[in-house]
Amino acid sequence: MSSQPYVRPFSKTTWYMRKGRYKVYMLREVTCLLVGFYAFLTIAGLAALAKGPNAWISFLVSQQNTAMIAFHAIALLYFLFFQTFAWFKLAPKAMPIQVGGKNLSGQYVVIGHYIAWAVLSAFIFWLAGVI
Amino acid sequence: MTIRQLELEVMRYDPEKDEAPWFQNYSVPCEEDWAILDAINYVKENIDTTLSYRWSCHMMVCGSCGMMVNGEPSLTCKTFIRDLPDKVRIEPLENFPIERDLVVVLDDVMQKLHKVQPYIIRKDAPPQDKEFKQSPGALEKFKQYTMCINCMCCYAACPQYGLNQNFIGPAALALAHRYNLDSRDQGKSQRLDILADHDGVWDCSFVGACSEVCPKHVDPAAAIQQMKIDGAMEWWKQKLGFPGGES
Repeated sequence: MSSQPYVRPFSKTTWYMRKGRYKVYMLREVTCLLVGFYAFLTIAGLAALAKGPNAWISFLVSQQNTAMIAFHAIALLYFLFFQTFAWFKLAPKAMPIQVGGKNLSGQYVVIGHYIAWAVLSAFIFWLAGVI
Repeated sequence: MTIRQLELEVMRYDPEKDEAPWFQNYSVPCEEDWAILDAINYVKENIDTTLSYRWSCHMMVCGSCGMMVNGEPSLTCKTFIRDLPDKVRIEPLENFPIERDLVVVLDDVMQKLHKVQPYIIRKDAPPQDKEFKQSPGALEKFKQYTMCINCMCCYAACPQYGLNQNFIGPAALALAHRYNLDSRDQGKSQRLDILADHDGVWDCSFVGACSEVCPKHVDPAAAIQQMKIDGAMEWWKQKLGFPGGES
């Protein structure tokens, strides 16, 4: 006999395994590791560039192996699905826009993000000489 | 009327007899248009009068009948058996202590609702002998947040509240945002200390489950993210020496 309200246990380490939406949330959050790794790669690349042509070529060579190419491919797909799509979908929540006294549908905010993404990507491809 | 046999697996807990909750099964002959609350009422009236649960209006207004239905925080008067399998598990709302059977202790959330000062605060005198004027556009800014019926499904869905019971939580924060956005209110800076505190908006990690389960389509996750931006802007204004952006 307890005579007390019963407090159900809450696992601090495995709570996110209980429901599909929690798992999706964790997959989205885990992308931060890839962001961190890409930041590291960018800094390493810039450092190599600053050192000179030989260091830069060594850096490029270090990226040209099956493991790194596989990593970039997986990371890119993972970013696309769980970072870009997930955050763009959530963007209207943080950015309510009113036009003429009426709340604008969140779809426009999402579409705006995709347009900005396409324009920025095109600019980067242009800078890189791809287009 | 077609009768469908529903197997209800209901969590029971009697604080004077039980060490821990347990499940009791009831076989309920349901009419096809019943909500889960009807099935629970049938149990209470015809099978087991000892079952305890909260309900009142049966029309999505009072917010009393929130429970876990097959693991999902749901308003049982709005959850229809036609949308559910033949076996349904009913539990008290998660993240709350169980008072008895399906009744949970809500004292903590009641205190939090009070703490965010959910009323219009004026620094100057209110208009004399006339009403506050508010345009439809100004009303539109916060109207969705007024739809909350305090059913607490959002707290049951929020893992952050499960992890940290000091977190003010979705409904109370959405309510604070409702008043912050109200053009008649001048209490935004007064609420800021509570909202921008460690257990305020910054404890939310944007799982977004609160908004997904809300039976009234309120979006507490949106309110919290907007308040994070407001709080950050306020911090920068103070750091850079700009006058505070009082609404």
